[in-house]
Amino acid sequence: MYDIQHYYEAKSVEDAIRLRVEHPEAVIISGGSDILISIRSGDLAGCSLISIHGLDTLRGVSLDPDDTLRIGALTSFSHLMKDPLILEHIPVLAEAAGKVGGPQIRNIGTVGGNVCNGVTSADTASTLLAFDAEAELQGQKGKRRVPLTAFYKGPRRVDIEKDEIMTALLISSKAYKDYAGCYIKYAKRAAMDIATSGCSVNVKLTPGKDAIEYARVAFGVSGPVPIRISSAEEAVQGKPLTEETIELFAEHVRAGINPRTSWRASRDFRIQIQLEMARRCLRRSIERAGGEIVG
Amino acid sequence: MQVGKSVKRVDAYDKVTGRAKYTADICPKDTYVARIVHSTIAHGRVLKIDTSEAERVEGVVKILTCFDVPDIEFGTAGHPWTTNPEHQDIADRKLMNEHVRYYGDEVAAVIAKDEVAATRAARLVRVEYEKYPHVLDPLEAIQEGMPVIHEAFPDNILGHSSIREGNYQEAIREPGLIKIEGWYSTPSVQHSQIENHICYAYMEGGDRVTVVASTQIPHITRRITAQALGLPWGKVRVIKPYIGGGFGNKQDALYEPLCAWLCTQVGGHPVMIDSTREETFVSSRVRHAMRSHIISWVRPDGTFAARKMKVWSDQGAYASHGHGVVAKGMGAFPQIYPCPNVECDCWTVYTNKPSAGAMRGYGIPQTMFHNESHIDDIVTKLNMDPVEFRRKNSMPVGYVDPFSKNELYDDSFNQCMTKAEALLNFNRKRKLYANQTGPVRRGVGMALFWYNTAVWPISIETSACRMILNADGSIQLMLGETEIGQGQDTAAAQMAAQVLGVSYKDVHVVSTQDTDVTPYGSGAYASRQTYVGGFAIAQTGRILKEKILKHAHRLTRMPVDIIDIKDSWIVRKEDGRRLISLETLATETLYDIKHSEHIAAESTYSVQSNAYSFGASFAEVEVDIPLCHVRLLGLVNVHDCGNLINPQLAEAQVHGGMSMGIGFGLYEKMLFDEKSGRMLNDNLLDYKLPTTMDHPDIIADFVENPEPTSPFGTKALGEPPACSPAPAIRNAILNATGVAINDIPINPDQLFESFRDAGLLEGE
Repeated sequence: MYDIQHYYEAKSVEDAIRLRVEHPEAVIISGGSDILISIRSGDLAGCSLISIHGLDTLRGVSLDPDDTLRIGALTSFSHLMKDPLILEHIPVLAEAAGKVGGPQIRNIGTVGGNVCNGVTSADTASTLLAFDAEAELQGQKGKRRVPLTAFYKGPRRVDIEKDEIMTALLISSKAYKDYAGCYIKYAKRAAMDIATSGCSVNVKLTPGKDAIEYARVAFGVSGPVPIRISSAEEAVQGKPLTEETIELFAEHVRAGINPRTSWRASRDFRIQIQLEMARRCLRRSIERAGGEIVG
Repeated sequence: MQVGKSVKRVDAYDKVTGRAKYTADICPKDTYVARIVHSTIAHGRVLKIDTSEAERVEGVVKILTCFDVPDIEFGTAGHPWTTNPEHQDIADRKLMNEHVRYYGDEVAAVIAKDEVAATRAARLVRVEYEKYPHVLDPLEAIQEGMPVIHEAFPDNILGHSSIREGNYQEAIREPGLIKIEGWYSTPSVQHSQIENHICYAYMEGGDRVTVVASTQIPHITRRITAQALGLPWGKVRVIKPYIGGGFGNKQDALYEPLCAWLCTQVGGHPVMIDSTREETFVSSRVRHAMRSHIISWVRPDGTFAARKMKVWSDQGAYASHGHGVVAKGMGAFPQIYPCPNVECDCWTVYTNKPSAGAMRGYGIPQTMFHNESHIDDIVTKLNMDPVEFRRKNSMPVGYVDPFSKNELYDDSFNQCMTKAEALLNFNRKRKLYANQTGPVRRGVGMALFWYNTAVWPISIETSACRMILNADGSIQLMLGETEIGQGQDTAAAQMAAQVLGVSYKDVHVVSTQDTDVTPYGSGAYASRQTYVGGFAIAQTGRILKEKILKHAHRLTRMPVDIIDIKDSWIVRKEDGRRLISLETLATETLYDIKHSEHIAAESTYSVQSNAYSFGASFAEVEVDIPLCHVRLLGLVNVHDCGNLINPQLAEAQVHGGMSMGIGFGLYEKMLFDEKSGRMLNDNLLDYKLPTTMDHPDIIADFVENPEPTSPFGTKALGEPPACSPAPAIRNAILNATGVAINDIPINPDQLFESFRDAGLLEGE
């Protein structure tokens, strides 16, 4: 039995915005895979809820006229795993979505919730971040876009105004065209787990497929929020597809990550696996982009 | 034959369709809900409890605290009672305690009309404590000047026992001996059964109190509940419906006594305690964490000159099963590899942690990890083959334990090893995996385990059974031994059918135990029920059969000596002629105007024997060194548990136990905050129970040497499967990497530490 005070069900995005204004104390719920746990644990016991679960217009993936990939905020992980546009343009996001929890969680959990929850371990967040995704938010004043790098303000804090809901995650065609990526989730068991760390890398190779034109890397659980390591990205720009390049990448990753020690894992252990994940993700991304590593 | 066949479980349809009723399904709608207020310090005294704010929550009926409970200390262990005071379980706790001894101890209970009201109010109960220093580690708890957890045990040592054989000190002087020494430790883990502990209580029949509970041991729980409340035992009735697993957690009185008492405080209105997963982790029972120091003095030919073992067992806050657990674990040490000169000591130590109780294997998985890891350390040092070493040193055929009179009648260890070796292709892989380099390496390892069935002669081993012949020739079977998911009811039906000459489908097992009507049985523990219950079923079946044949004589005129029951017919033995069906006999007898009789039989069998049950695990792993990750590629268990009553159920039992062994070896560990004593990972996300994705295709197999003391040739299988997978996996990792890891679980954190120490990881 859940301790819930009031439950408001939004009929449309505008209705959800109205409910947000009328009930500023209420919490947004969609799939509930995070919120219900907090109600049960007592953190949110006795709260009121605004459900946006019924807003089907926010579900699914489509291409905007400028080929921007539009991922509805309520798109479930299970959906992402099988969506034809995702599989065509960013298969690594489907890979990441498939690492979330177990089948039941992937059916109810949403990609918007994964990001709005504001936790560093979110499986899809590092990949979205690594593709320069933007959050689309809608409030009384209309819509606005925020790059994910700015959307994360701190642990469990994201840039959503009191009258807003997230409507979509957007990835521009420039950000995904000709890129191939890889996501490694490191967890203590093979399913039903939270990431000890997550690493998402993607690369674009030169037309001759003999050097890196551009590479991007993002980590979960390497800091209080998911982070990009731009120095590592810059370091390998234009570099040949060699083991030295992989090591150069790892060296810069080492300088850029800053995991902490908690009872869940030590800093030294996290550094060990994050470096190894970075190496393997870059290797795999190059291979997936059609490149071959020499040396 | 009714035994030895993989017949469908008698409860299969009910459990698959959801018709099977569990405690929560049958409690009355208006049952009050009680929520426990748990201590938020690890050690101290409750000075004051302010319930005023909590009482104002709408729906609250009553709040009771540690200051209100009866002044009675009781023991909770699910052991049969003994009238010898020296052997009684230690009574060291009240229903709720002013002197709190772990973070999570019960200090108050809120009774409310529903769960939300009870939970809200429980959060508003204000408890004021006087804090004492706490101690979480048993090796620290025995040092001078440590906080005293129970006044009756000023050194925090609950129990100490020893084994001395030959002369260790003399023996180690033999020239040319090689000394191998190691420390090995196993963690606190939790049963994590699907159904958390749940019970509800109500009063009827004047001042009698009934507790419906998810328990493995209804008759024992009745006794403990009565003792805790200071009631005559007959005033308490315990009913056990279907339960969602126990693994030993429910071989203890958990919240049944408290729930019964709360019910008496609200006029006998039904009250329920339904534990959360977090409460199950912290406030039920856990496996004893154990730490061992082992020294072996070995000759270059691989024989033992002398051995020594010291074990410290972490009891946690309250005695529960206490010292018996490590004593059993240590008892295996001199037996599995007999050696003329042995010194063993074990201690059970109170700490300010959750109480340790019974858990599948009862001390054996711990000491098997210690000892079987140590054996591979010897094998590695001597550069010997692990299977050959064990063939040379393990218990020989004909070995007799002078205490239990257990005898090894068959060559179980060698037969199990031979079969498991072939199933895993161990020898070939061991050669293949020698001299690997590179970041990802494979390895194979193996381990044996020692186990014995039931608890005689330490405690009584008694089981009572009632059989009633229905008018249609079917049988009602009532037994004190409990179905807890393992298939007990099915095995009982098959055994009864075997004795009576009917089909198991015509044996209706009354699955629910109700202490008002069910004959005494001690319940599900010690892998005892099929063995011990088998004696009661065989004996009661024979009595019922005699009665049936007496009536058959009356109805057919044939002498009792020449007739028998076969396929539910009375047959003449000589020519097999069917004389009268059991159905006709039953109907005629019950409704005979002159000789009407309700044909029934009831008897108790007090077993005076016990049986070894041995086997082995063989494992294959792939170790990713830079990622500090182990993938289990294969795991084989082979058991000699005598004749299988139901091979498919036996296989399922082994699969479950192996899974538990995988969790023990690679994943599970209860973590505690040193400063507060609070359990950190008290949920199924942070407590890393392995998922099916973490399992290879596990293989269970058997060698069936009939156990001569059992009427059905059977012996222990409930617990043994969990005893040897962890050391087999550890030894496989040693084989793959050359790194001997002596602390489980061998999870990524542990691998990182061990590989870094071994220089296998690139430096910072």
